Amino acid sequence: MNKRILVIGGGIGGVQAGLDLAQMGIKVTLVEAKPSIGGRMAQLDKTFPTNDCSTCILSPKLYELASHPNVDIFSYSTLDKVDKKENGFQARIRKKARFVNEEKCTACGLCSEKCPVKIPDLFNKEITTTKCISIPYAQAVPAVYKIDKKHCLYFSKGKCGICQKVCTAGAIDYEQKDTIETIDFDAIIVAAGAEEYTPRIRPEYGFGIYDNVVTSIEYERILSASGPTGGHIIRPSDKTAPGSIAFIQCVGSRDISSGNYAYCSSYCCMQATKDAIITREHDQNACSTIFYIDIRAFGKDFDKFVDRAQSEYNVKYIKSRISEIIEKPKTKNLAIKYITPDGRINTKEFELVVLSVGIRIPDQIKELMTELGVKLSEYGFCPCDAFEPGITNVDGIYVCGTLMGPMDIPETVMSASAAASMAARGLLSPEISSEIIKEKPAEIAIEEKYLKIGVVVCHCGVNIGSVVDVPEVVKFAGSFRNVVFADELIYACSRDSIKYIIDKIKEHDLTRFIMASCSPRTHETLFKSALEEAGLNKYLMQMTNIRDQCSWVHQDNHEEATEKAKDLVCMAVGRSRYLQPLHELDSEVNKACLVIGGGIAGMMSALFIADNGFRAFLVEKDTELGGNLLKINYTLEEKNISWLLGKIRERVQEHPLIDVCLNTEIREIKGYVGNFTTNLTSGKEERNIEHGAVIVATGGREHETESYGYRDESYVVTQREFETMLLNKNPMLKYAHTVAMIQCVDSRESDKNYCSRVCCGEMVKNILQLKNDYPDKDVYVLYRDIRTYGMLEPYYTQARKTGALFFRYDIENKPVIQKEENGEFIITVYDEILRRYIKLRAQLIVLSVGIDPLETNDQLARMLKVPLNEDGFFHEAHVKLRPVDFATAGIFVSGLAHGPKYINESVSQAIAAASRALTIITKDKIRSEAHTAVINEVRCTGCGFCVDVCAYNAIEIDKEKNIAAVNTLMCKGCGSCAATCLSGAVDLSGFTNKQLIQEFQELFL
Amino acid sequence: MGKNSVDFEPKIIAFLCNWCAYAGADLAGTSRTQYPSNIRIIKLMCTGALDPTYVIKVLLEGADGVLIGGCHPGDCHYINGNYKARRRVAILKSSLETAGLESERVWLRWISASEGVYFAETVKEMVEHIKKLGPNPLKMEWAI
Repeated sequence: MNKRILVIGGGIGGVQAGLDLAQMGIKVTLVEAKPSIGGRMAQLDKTFPTNDCSTCILSPKLYELASHPNVDIFSYSTLDKVDKKENGFQARIRKKARFVNEEKCTACGLCSEKCPVKIPDLFNKEITTTKCISIPYAQAVPAVYKIDKKHCLYFSKGKCGICQKVCTAGAIDYEQKDTIETIDFDAIIVAAGAEEYTPRIRPEYGFGIYDNVVTSIEYERILSASGPTGGHIIRPSDKTAPGSIAFIQCVGSRDISSGNYAYCSSYCCMQATKDAIITREHDQNACSTIFYIDIRAFGKDFDKFVDRAQSEYNVKYIKSRISEIIEKPKTKNLAIKYITPDGRINTKEFELVVLSVGIRIPDQIKELMTELGVKLSEYGFCPCDAFEPGITNVDGIYVCGTLMGPMDIPETVMSASAAASMAARGLLSPEISSEIIKEKPAEIAIEEKYLKIGVVVCHCGVNIGSVVDVPEVVKFAGSFRNVVFADELIYACSRDSIKYIIDKIKEHDLTRFIMASCSPRTHETLFKSALEEAGLNKYLMQMTNIRDQCSWVHQDNHEEATEKAKDLVCMAVGRSRYLQPLHELDSEVNKACLVIGGGIAGMMSALFIADNGFRAFLVEKDTELGGNLLKINYTLEEKNISWLLGKIRERVQEHPLIDVCLNTEIREIKGYVGNFTTNLTSGKEERNIEHGAVIVATGGREHETESYGYRDESYVVTQREFETMLLNKNPMLKYAHTVAMIQCVDSRESDKNYCSRVCCGEMVKNILQLKNDYPDKDVYVLYRDIRTYGMLEPYYTQARKTGALFFRYDIENKPVIQKEENGEFIITVYDEILRRYIKLRAQLIVLSVGIDPLETNDQLARMLKVPLNEDGFFHEAHVKLRPVDFATAGIFVSGLAHGPKYINESVSQAIAAASRALTIITKDKIRSEAHTAVINEVRCTGCGFCVDVCAYNAIEIDKEKNIAAVNTLMCKGCGSCAATCLSGAVDLSGFTNKQLIQEFQELFL
Repeated sequence: MGKNSVDFEPKIIAFLCNWCAYAGADLAGTSRTQYPSNIRIIKLMCTGALDPTYVIKVLLEGADGVLIGGCHPGDCHYINGNYKARRRVAILKSSLETAGLESERVWLRWISASEGVYFAETVKEMVEHIKKLGPNPLKMEWAI
């Protein structure tokens, strides 16, 4: 299968799209303009709302992508030209000269250390300097250095050449030229991302003028442990720790004074909250104040995060738009003038100011999109239809991530997965398996052989060799029992060395191999492949890290470093004695997918499974497809929902690969990834279906409220009912001269402490419709925060312009409604600015009631053994990077079942779920992890402790034998069970008790 | 016990999880952050896989300290392995105390992949602390 897709952009969006496609068996070429992939996420310190370390969760994805056999990464490359061809595109990719040979560079960093030229460090937002030859950050992928030609002394003055002299790998190539490759593609995914707004064009904030005013992205670098200040929060002017920090929201967002930034950038409220929390964690005395317009904590668990910031981390939120910052000349502190909640003007001094800058599409990306023929909106983003998120006006070109509009990381990941299965349409087939079969020599059986250990110690040029006495270590290694071969190499990772290693394994008939060199995190795969080439099982290798964890960190003490290196080799020898060949287990995959729920999410998931050529079972408990969408008439963007819904239903029902099961319930789901069997019942009929993956798209429902007299009063309605009244021109509207809308009814408080995300948009939509049909009617809106994020913000501005009046209320002081004798309502609400209660008269009250999870979620969750969150929505595997996966392999989630969201977001997630399911069902066989739990049947007492600790439901008690049984395909190899077992009956293969104990025991022999 | 033996060089065994602490130790290397060489690292997939008996065994074998490094709470690559480690280590330390052994020799720390400096500082701090404690008495008892 020679299908190839071009992914433009190597941020988290491009990485996710590339990984999904590669796992579906499609070849991917990823082009990134910067020298390394990772994008904006690599610059972040932590991620909200869990405060996960950004690097920790991103790096494994980058390595996974870079090492995937279906992926070619062109970093530091641009597109010269893209031509439309029949059934695809042809692109000319320019790989710019780095002046460093990618094949030879070992990323040892010596060149950078010795380079005499310092240049501004762009990755660290120029807070610090880097060298003229450098990599952007320590964990950069690919780890290849690059010379900045403009500043290099060799290029500008013709002298220096130090890097070439010190590079023992011979990787520096001053003559290197740009290279151009022309490649054909079946489709293109543009994940080019956005950039942050530069506040220099807003001089009143003093950015670039006052030392202690920084942007949010600069602040991320300051917070980062691997950032320019080593994770110490210090302010630029005097390098002291700031005690008071102000965050100013909406800089370059919701702002038309400095350009076309009428939209909301969506993530900044949460970013500021996160940064304020981390600041407090660093310094218990630091006080953060966030100046905001509305706190837009609309995502899953975001409100709880903001609550915690206030209650546990002493973060203050002040609703005030800041118009000016003034620097105090002596202290370099910054005075901020703001409006207090009671309407007075106050001035407060802060030691550091962080501007929460929004995002925008940079000009070069706009040019690229124009070149590709893709139309952009007036704001520069690529607008998409609600039912086709990611599809552009050009056939075969798809977009994802912030190019579509402001969004946070999980939404980017969802849109990227969605783009993958959209672009893959027509390229996949159930007849062609997507698993990668690599030809390799037959494996030698070692059971019958003597234990023969070989050790290679690497100099890594001078990186190890100049600190550790390598010959001494080799001599020491050779002294061990069973070690029959020990040698040193200058660069063990070079091509010649790999060949040498293969030859030596064969020559000495080695059965174990030890590599004392760099980190297994970067080089283990390479050396493992050498073992495979030599016919040895690749798990018979043990790597020990004498560079990153020895020579580099004990540079000044050669003796101690040598002693440590010897100990590390000794431990590796000990462990290797008990290494065993391991084999991943293959299991057949049933190439169909079960989709539970026939709402818009379920239908879209099923459609994209089927459109890609795979069978889908769409199970709906109702008699009709459509779910909540049956009750929605129009949205802000789409005027005719029922017509669009009709079209989709028709496509679903007529699709030959979709088996629509209406009026059907699920009785039981058995099995595991690749092999599920589900029992469906429809009335008295019952049948079993088999499938390889499951998508949960059961949806949610409108909250049923008892507040504000909804139960008893016919003139108190919900937003959804109001929408229908407007559509039908309901006579009640004639009577109602004034409509009062109350937001957040029963939401964002005690037992329902989450934001339903869609209600503010619904409110705006209904105001615009009402004012369009009945311009004379008055509207009052009683709200807590208006959360019209992203591209909804301009609609909100429009709604305000219609003359609707907005009153903010506080949770402690909710509006009170009284009914007059004439049937009118009097609403009493506390006005913060007037500092008194005011009374509003209205004839119709419209409530924004929000979205509830289904009560039946609990039952399904137990059947699938997947978790719910405390609000009752399904809980995904990882809030940031696995937003549609469950921890349990082969099960995915989309739509309202996962949490409240808009139609376009549900659709995007649904298509993403289809993509993720396709990465499984496109394979003939799926492979287990190599390191999995193994049960010793003789020792096992069947106590079941291991079953309880397994986070992946991979262990069950075999009732007949009364012992634990591991499902190898579901086991992720964490080893919790092994540590729990009281009888020593469970081992994690590759990390067995024997191996680990011998590892340290050998040291103390 | 041996307050007088500040000169001795303790041997510390570290059990680090593959995803966070081990990566943090690597970062200390790539950023050339120097720390004492007394530490010997053993990689585990997850701190949740650390059988407390390893720690006991390491101490009996004669190591002067044991450092356990995992992902920060909430960051575990395997959902909740680090929470399991936290409970096990808490129980282990109280058991060590009960048995009259020094629980101060066992440290559990959360070290992320971006905390190279913190890793180095932790090692420094631990080496100094163990130096003050003196050599592991079990080592000598065993030698009899």
